[in-house]
Amino acid sequence: MSELDLAGRVVELVRRLAGPGAEVEVVVTRADLALTRFANSFIHQNVAESGTSVRLRLHADGRTAAGSGSLVDPDGLTALVERTLAATRLAPPDPAWPGLAPPAPVPSGPHVDEATAAASPDERAARVRAFVDAVEGLEAAGYCRTAHRSGAFANSAGQSAVGRSVEAAMDGIARTGGADGVARHAADRLADLDGGALGARAAAKARAAADPVELPPGRYEVVLEPAAGADLLQNLSWYGFNGKRHAERQSFAEPGRAQFDPAVTLVDDPLHASGLPFDLEGTPRRSLTLVEAGTTAAVAHDRRSGAEAGTGSTGHGMLGASTFGPLPRNLRLLPTGGPAEVATGQFSAGVTGAVADPDTAALVAGMARGLLVSDFWYTRVLDPKQLVVTGLTRNGVWLVEDGVPTRAVRDFRFTESYPRAMGPGRVLGVGRAPVRQPDRMDGSWWEAPALRLASWNFTGGASG
Amino acid sequence: MTEFDAATAAVQAALDAGARYADARVMHRRYESMSARNGDIEELTQDESIGLGVRALVGSSWGFHAVPELSDAAARDAGRRAAAIATASARVPGPAIDLVPVAATVASWASACEVDPLGVPLSDKGDLLTRATATMREHGADLAEGLYQIWDTAKWFVSSEGHRIDQRIRECGGGISATSIGAGETQRRSYPSYRGQYGTTGWELVTSLDLAAHAARIAEESRELLTAPECPSGETDLILGGEQLALQIHESVGHAIELDRILGWEAAFAGTSWLDLSRLGALRYGSELMNVTIDPTIPGALGSFGFDDEGSPAVKRDAVREGRWVGVLAGRDSAAVAGLDHGGSVRADGWARLPMVRMTNVGLEPGPHTLDEIIAETDDGVLMDLNRSWSIDDKRLNFQFGCEVGWEVKKGRRGRMLRNPTYTGIGPVFWRSMDMLSSEIVPWGTPNCGKGQPGQTGHTGHPAAPARFRNVRVGVRA
Repeated sequence: MSELDLAGRVVELVRRLAGPGAEVEVVVTRADLALTRFANSFIHQNVAESGTSVRLRLHADGRTAAGSGSLVDPDGLTALVERTLAATRLAPPDPAWPGLAPPAPVPSGPHVDEATAAASPDERAARVRAFVDAVEGLEAAGYCRTAHRSGAFANSAGQSAVGRSVEAAMDGIARTGGADGVARHAADRLADLDGGALGARAAAKARAAADPVELPPGRYEVVLEPAAGADLLQNLSWYGFNGKRHAERQSFAEPGRAQFDPAVTLVDDPLHASGLPFDLEGTPRRSLTLVEAGTTAAVAHDRRSGAEAGTGSTGHGMLGASTFGPLPRNLRLLPTGGPAEVATGQFSAGVTGAVADPDTAALVAGMARGLLVSDFWYTRVLDPKQLVVTGLTRNGVWLVEDGVPTRAVRDFRFTESYPRAMGPGRVLGVGRAPVRQPDRMDGSWWEAPALRLASWNFTGGASG
Repeated sequence: MTEFDAATAAVQAALDAGARYADARVMHRRYESMSARNGDIEELTQDESIGLGVRALVGSSWGFHAVPELSDAAARDAGRRAAAIATASARVPGPAIDLVPVAATVASWASACEVDPLGVPLSDKGDLLTRATATMREHGADLAEGLYQIWDTAKWFVSSEGHRIDQRIRECGGGISATSIGAGETQRRSYPSYRGQYGTTGWELVTSLDLAAHAARIAEESRELLTAPECPSGETDLILGGEQLALQIHESVGHAIELDRILGWEAAFAGTSWLDLSRLGALRYGSELMNVTIDPTIPGALGSFGFDDEGSPAVKRDAVREGRWVGVLAGRDSAAVAGLDHGGSVRADGWARLPMVRMTNVGLEPGPHTLDEIIAETDDGVLMDLNRSWSIDDKRLNFQFGCEVGWEVKKGRRGRMLRNPTYTGIGPVFWRSMDMLSSEIVPWGTPNCGKGQPGQTGHTGHPAAPARFRNVRVGVRA
């Protein structure tokens, strides 16, 4: 039975048990997820899971409840419907129920690479082997993963949709003498992940990060590599372009206002790469420009926050959105000079150590004195309204003098307002070669080129 | 086919496919959560998930496969796949792996539960949250939120060494938060902590919290914070409330003593540890007041169980004794690599996740003081409580925490409320500066400990009480 058949069966079950007045939406997802993990240069964890989940949201007599289950036989589906219906009857009133998504065409979504969907443990292990071989005696750690999801949506208002997505990602570090270098990449095809090239990049950066010096905290000009840039995008998404937080006045975002440097254009682009073409509420997903040449343009909404704001859904219904808010999770910081030139396997070119690619090299070359930062770690928000974030650098920092990395630097702690750091006049350069960075969950990714900022507030060194 | 039958079939299939050791867990978890905002219910969710995960050791390489089916065919297929994955792991092999011995146990265990949390009527639970959030709105909060969560987990464990263990663990908890929004910032007060207090217990825990009784106070305090003076910057004596100290323990002790981190198994993601196994038993971690135990036997604490997910029985052990580092959180394979003689701290977040080293209840034993005595003994300092932000480096050394609220402490008295309190430091330096510790221990529960790839959410407990630390840097800001 297909996912759409299953979804339709659940809608019918609800109609039969709850009557025609009940509003119901159902998402069925079949997932084959696998992740091969390595540390100390060997595979130490290697996992796979296959299964189908059914998620049901039901609104009847002014009350709403949601439920999910992993059993898709007739008994399992009936039990899911019965307990969700019982919960709905007992739940308190839901005066803000936004109604169901109306029928609307759903795009076909990104191309699905069948070879990636059917990837074997041996294929993932082969990429790990190549990564480990390429670090040439350094310690290697990281993962290679593949994900395949096939989903269907149906609701009692007549909307239905199907879609599939695949993703492959590799994330690894090389380690030597306490210094780490990183290479991280998400792709639409496993074939586009070159474990050897990624390992070589990580190793070159690790060797260049050896023997770091400690610099005094303070404000420094920075070039942030794509891994660090991805952290900016994640936090801007969670706390800024989140329609629920915006409605609650907890977000900095003010649509129509020039809050960013004119070099900044941010687009949530779910159809650009792996992801299903509809959201959890059945709303078609589409590109949404959040910042246009420095001016905040929009925030993301699901049906509930969209109804509250009077704008409607932007296709960002997701698990937990009622609590955490709808999040744009396919964010792209557009490169300068036009459309993105998505990097696929470009890591083999220009591996020279601290500066690992020509795109970053061009930004570093313009910096009289500052820091090249590979990655951020454990960033947490001190104040959501101004999006003041504290966190640490990780996987390599270098002092740049007269356009050349001169010394590896020990990790810093920073405390910085992200929108202020990217504010008008503060972005000194945006690269031309964005690299897609995987999120912790497949289907969510962050794509940024290297980024040069006028000032970043480092509040402490590694020793305190 | 029973759950034990399915697990046994999976283990046998893995052995038949070449594994020299295999174990399998069938897990059936029911989850319920309800959240309220500004007097209305925001979301009610009930999830139910059943499945089987099997782990196979072929040579010295592991494989794991999980399926949401308990038929004989599905279980055997999962076992075979786990062995095949382990065989693929051998393309990048590591050193020989052994497992420290654990007596093959046939047992059954259940957590104590007076009031079944899933049996409490939804309307009663909804009324509790809507009443508390409405009260917070009435008392000035711009955003009033309430939440409870319930987990009811049954699991059946079988190993190729003869384990056959079933457990039922019921966990729940909840809390409320009031947020006031000013021109350029937000201020939040929560009770009993942000997103709540949790335990391996029944609904009696939530009842005992009496959320409604604290709603007006925290709403008013959140408004008061908007105009409170900023926490000063500089070095001072820092008094931490128990809830904040629980998270300090979690981040700068609990994660640091995880043996998989110490061995480098988490290097690329969660990170490593500043601790070096060669110093186990000798390293001074903190002051002599610092006695930290690893204790999954504490009744009602969130990290409690009868057996871990490798079949090791729950045993109380020392992690830090009189300031000296003496113990780690370990699994059977990591303990063998490290030359230790016990695991006991391995758990999986559901049937589809690989068991890995996790905190149980990692917390402080009581000190000799009270919070009132600590304040009375402090000439010039800041009291901070309830966590608002947390960040620590990948070696678990350099941390910075933000709290919801601070109070000036001058000449032995609690003074003005302070907003945006933060403090920062280096783990062992900080712990060595602890010179007063209260006896008022509470086993704080953390239901959202993230670790692993794919990600797993762990439930951990942290007995903690107010304590004083000398010469700590406070008031870090952008």
